[in-house]
Amino acid sequence: MAFDLFLLEVVISGLMTGVMYALVALGFVLIFKASGVFNFAQGVLALFAALALYDFLAEDGWFFAVFGFTLPVWLAIPATALIMILLAWVIERAVLRFLVKQEEIILFMATIGLAFVLEGLGDLLFGSDVKPLDIGIPQGASDWLLDNFNLYVEKLEIVAAATAAVLVTALAIFFQKTRVGRALRAVADDHQAALSVGISLDKIWVIVWSVSGIVALVAGIMWGSKSGVQFSLSLIALKALPVLILGGFTSVPGAIVGGLIIGVGEKVAEVYVGPLVGGAIENWFAYVLALGFLLFRPQGLFGERIIERV
Amino acid sequence: MSAVIQSEREALLSVNNIEVIYDHVILVLKGVSLEVMKGGVVALLGANGAGKSTTLKAISNLLGAERGDVTKGSITFQGEDVQSLSPNELVRRGVIQVMEGRHCFEHLTVEENLLTGAYTRTDGRSRVAEDLDLVYQYFPRLKERRTSQAGYTSGGEQQMVAVGRALMARPAVILLDEPSMGLAPQLVEEIFEIVKRLNEDEGVTFLLAEQNTMMALRYANYGYILENGRVVMDGEASVLAENEDVKEFYLGVSGDDRRSFRNVKAYRRRKRWLS
Repeated sequence: MAFDLFLLEVVISGLMTGVMYALVALGFVLIFKASGVFNFAQGVLALFAALALYDFLAEDGWFFAVFGFTLPVWLAIPATALIMILLAWVIERAVLRFLVKQEEIILFMATIGLAFVLEGLGDLLFGSDVKPLDIGIPQGASDWLLDNFNLYVEKLEIVAAATAAVLVTALAIFFQKTRVGRALRAVADDHQAALSVGISLDKIWVIVWSVSGIVALVAGIMWGSKSGVQFSLSLIALKALPVLILGGFTSVPGAIVGGLIIGVGEKVAEVYVGPLVGGAIENWFAYVLALGFLLFRPQGLFGERIIERV
Repeated sequence: MSAVIQSEREALLSVNNIEVIYDHVILVLKGVSLEVMKGGVVALLGANGAGKSTTLKAISNLLGAERGDVTKGSITFQGEDVQSLSPNELVRRGVIQVMEGRHCFEHLTVEENLLTGAYTRTDGRSRVAEDLDLVYQYFPRLKERRTSQAGYTSGGEQQMVAVGRALMARPAVILLDEPSMGLAPQLVEEIFEIVKRLNEDEGVTFLLAEQNTMMALRYANYGYILENGRVVMDGEASVLAENEDVKEFYLGVSGDDRRSFRNVKAYRRRKRWLS
């Protein structure tokens, strides 16, 4: 019995990590869907959002230095969201607009450049030390689960999972039911045709980068609360890659399920297979899994099938 | 006589001596002029590579995405210079293009495809819903397939989706590029019949580029023939259809006395004179 409970704990902890991966992967999916571009800067966007949020909240930030007060959390989060929207607008104006006619690989290269620029900018503005981000998410284990089921689950992880659920539901509704969401999917399918029916790409791109900027903010908050705002945050982007390969680059549910599979997979593998091979499976398990998927199901679990008519 | 008709009525769309260059070096259109009358069906004819699609894209301003540029001449719609307008603004004003090869949104359902056509409209959901019904009246087959992904529908159905999607924008003029491409003759006829009905019943003006000269001239009331980026001939569709040169070069029909290569020269001379 104790053994089963332990497995359950490992699985739950994996699920929660998976949710965190999924949050990062989501941002990738949004931009990839709309523009066919793998946005290398997504991880840095999350970092940048977390840094900006920290700046609004802390007394050693720019905001405090300029205005002499800090924002309460409920105001700081919308303010950061606004900054992410502004950032999206600037990115469209300064980078994407000039590359519309170019190959997708060139846009990809541009996002790599963007990642470094943003990272440098973050460093320059906010400094490179690790900052604790506290927006009032309860820390520690959930007492209720511990008392009633004898399970150890972090409260933060429960909050992250709930937030992710809300976020995904909102995105799904936005994509499936609204006019702009439909236009976003249309652009993802065929740029030229989207242009021809009067959808303006610059506007769509600002929207999609804004949305993924806000998703990055949520990811940044969760990761920042978990392990502090630090520059290694931009590296979780790498963990999102196998998640995307698993779930499919174009699928929102895919990003979620992919994240969960990888989260659970690496935890379970670490605990049960790890000791046999000397541990540290967690670091490479995801990539091996992704490799397998690339071989046998390159579009991922939920990726859009490439429609080919004969 | 055609000239009289052309000048008496007001032109909805007029293209004046435009030149188009791709990639800054490739000259594709070398001075194309044409006029589309309100309520007309105008055919733009010519062989592959003559510049039909380029002309349409120059009007709808979709050239930019293909690195093309209009370097000379002007394009006016309802008397307004529209050359610098984005496709979005053009659609709002009533000029919409149905691109060659249909270009449906493959992963969207048929109905979602149609609804994207209404993206620029601001007159409310109920009006859009009315127009959706109207499109389904013209294309009953689309209503049956409304929930299937467009990528899985047949070529004919995709062409219908593309035309229906353009209709959803409530356009004044539809620029229809190669509607017959890759379709069975029977389907081509069906599509052209619908074009005719839309023109007569809904008052939609059409400018269509077509390689299928015979079919296009049957349904159009005026035609322009493009060759190597120039208009080499124009006239009323019925006159063009009877023209010996057109018959020989574009319809593949030749009279007995025109078998000899020597006799073809008449056309060559005429062409040089026209351009």
